[in-house]
Amino acid sequence: MRLSQLPKGTAAWVVGVETVDAADPIARRLRDLGFVRGEPVRILATGPFGGDPLLVHVVDTRFALRRSEAARVTVTLDALASAPAAAPADAKVDAFAAGVVP
Amino acid sequence: MTALRIALVGSPNCGKTALFNLLTGSRQKVANYAGVTVERKEGHYTAPSGRHVQVLDLPGAYSFDAASPDEAITRDVCHGRFAGEARPDLLVCVADATNLRLHLRFVLEVRRLGQPMVLALNMMDSARRRGIAIDTQKLSQRLGIPVVETIAVRRGGAEALVARLDAELPAVARVTVDVNEPEDALHAEVRALLADAVVFPPPTHSLDDSIDRWALHPVWGVAVLAVVMFLIFQAVFSWAAPMQDGIEAGFAATGEWLAATMADGPLRSLLVDGVIAGVGGVLVFLPQILILFAFILVLEESGYLPRAAFLLDRMMFKAGLTGRSFIPLLSSYACAIPGIMATRSIQDPRDRLATILVAPLTTCSARLPVYALLIGAFIPDRAVGWFNLQGIVLFALYAFGIVSVMAVAFVMKRFRRDQGEHALLLELPAYRLPNARDVAIGLYERAAIFLRRVGGIILTLTVLMWFLSTFPGPPPDATLPAIEYSLAGRLGHALHVIFEPIGFNWQICIALVPGLAAREVAVSALATVYALSGGDAAATELGQIIALQWSLPTALSLLAWYVFAPQCLSTLAVIRRETNSWRNVAIAAGYLFALAYLASFLTYRIALALT
Repeated sequence: MRLSQLPKGTAAWVVGVETVDAADPIARRLRDLGFVRGEPVRILATGPFGGDPLLVHVVDTRFALRRSEAARVTVTLDALASAPAAAPADAKVDAFAAGVVP
Repeated sequence: MTALRIALVGSPNCGKTALFNLLTGSRQKVANYAGVTVERKEGHYTAPSGRHVQVLDLPGAYSFDAASPDEAITRDVCHGRFAGEARPDLLVCVADATNLRLHLRFVLEVRRLGQPMVLALNMMDSARRRGIAIDTQKLSQRLGIPVVETIAVRRGGAEALVARLDAELPAVARVTVDVNEPEDALHAEVRALLADAVVFPPPTHSLDDSIDRWALHPVWGVAVLAVVMFLIFQAVFSWAAPMQDGIEAGFAATGEWLAATMADGPLRSLLVDGVIAGVGGVLVFLPQILILFAFILVLEESGYLPRAAFLLDRMMFKAGLTGRSFIPLLSSYACAIPGIMATRSIQDPRDRLATILVAPLTTCSARLPVYALLIGAFIPDRAVGWFNLQGIVLFALYAFGIVSVMAVAFVMKRFRRDQGEHALLLELPAYRLPNARDVAIGLYERAAIFLRRVGGIILTLTVLMWFLSTFPGPPPDATLPAIEYSLAGRLGHALHVIFEPIGFNWQICIALVPGLAAREVAVSALATVYALSGGDAAATELGQIIALQWSLPTALSLLAWYVFAPQCLSTLAVIRRETNSWRNVAIAAGYLFALAYLASFLTYRIALALT
């Protein structure tokens, strides 16, 4: 599932960022900002006109992404499928639990 | 002891500039990096040991994988390969202690440079309040670099940093980088560091989320934004007016006093009509600039500005702009000069240039005297339903301005060379109370930039316009107004050939020449051409004269001309300064002239056919 298709308020986890062409600076920047495998994401709000852009909560930060940018991020609703080795075991309890490192 | 050169680096919203302000106070210098329009901020302070410390505040960057010219400069200076910029002796990497997940990744990137560095954990007070426990010693050990705590918004909040900088340079941390490391290796490293050195509180619903539920609500959020915008608009428009009137009156009085004390002659004329009028013409912009930037700085510091951009991005993006274009464009309704200066908050160069190029289309307040004169003289003061016809025409002129902003931006979007996707990717930082010192320093900087870089050009142009309108003087047996004999008068007559097809008479053409200095000057210039004395009475009288002498199509044509009004040299001067390119000035002046001519031509011809 793409981040742009994720319903508002639903907890999900990042699978990865797809590049639209070989040198996709937007995809690279998304990775730098924390859109990497296993990180929890959630859409907090959508723009008032045409539901664009999206307000995305990833890790501890909120980013406004246009739908075309969010479409690069693939997500899953199943935490275990993509959880990284270092992620806390209780990560699926709450998307906001991302901040918790036991 | 030689001076120590340090550079502050860090991700956007880490409080780096507040820390810079705390370290250097008012001992700052703002300029541009050579060849680009990215701001270069440098300051200095004297350490307790007496050592002189030079501080460079580098633009915020999320990564050395630069996505904007700002970030490229930060990367190049840190790598020591920016021409004309010596490699700093020490990098102070600033990270927001409440946003370590995001900021530590960049810290790790900086550490890989293999240069002496110190990590400043900023906003430690907020971190403690939220219950984030950071073991700085362990973090320092794991990173292999000194870690100090700072609170940039508190007096004395940088003492630990100052003390550490006064000690000897820290040793360079050894980092081995695996060439085959996976893309998210740095993220994994951050996770491991945090697991080791930081204890986060159990997640709670933050106050920010509650505020955002209202501030970003599709209905209420837009309503809040409308109120904020209305306040800014009101403030820039009406709060500034008394101050501007005061400045104008002050300079007029100075001019009169000088005119009364000095003997008549070219020197007196130069001082009164050239220099004093010119300095007054520069300073008159200052109230609007200060009020506008006070609002922008408070909105930016509080974290609301990116939220406004979030709300409006879709609308602006459709037209080929970005959410961040909105506030600069709104300010351009007061005057395009502060508006164009405000585009500095747009990092993307393409979006910034597009905003700068359309800003002169907004109906700035200097056009109002011209509109008022023409509407008063030609549009009958009668009711149309619930409305007044004069009011409707004024509204239509404003609406025409908005439509042209959108249309021109849209056309530029279709035809520009760079059709690539430019990201929004905007961080919405935590809400913060604006710090008075940071706002004051920011305001002082804006005012200084305007006076130093734009003021000189405006003053020069005013003096040049004075010269054109004064020389050569009228012969002793002159019967016509003096301006007729001057270069400006001759230029006006020569221009008549160009403007005749759009219905302008030669009086208008002459008025257009001094009107280059500022749009509203055209009104007083017209009064001069019609040999009227100055003052408020002249405007009323002028209205009566032109109502008799001009045809309606000519008046409508001039109104249409002023919607685009390409002839504001101050605007062109600020475009030159802010884009560092004469080419952009030529593009702006060229397309505005073409549109103005076309609109006037159509208006004149259609009006002629109908009347």
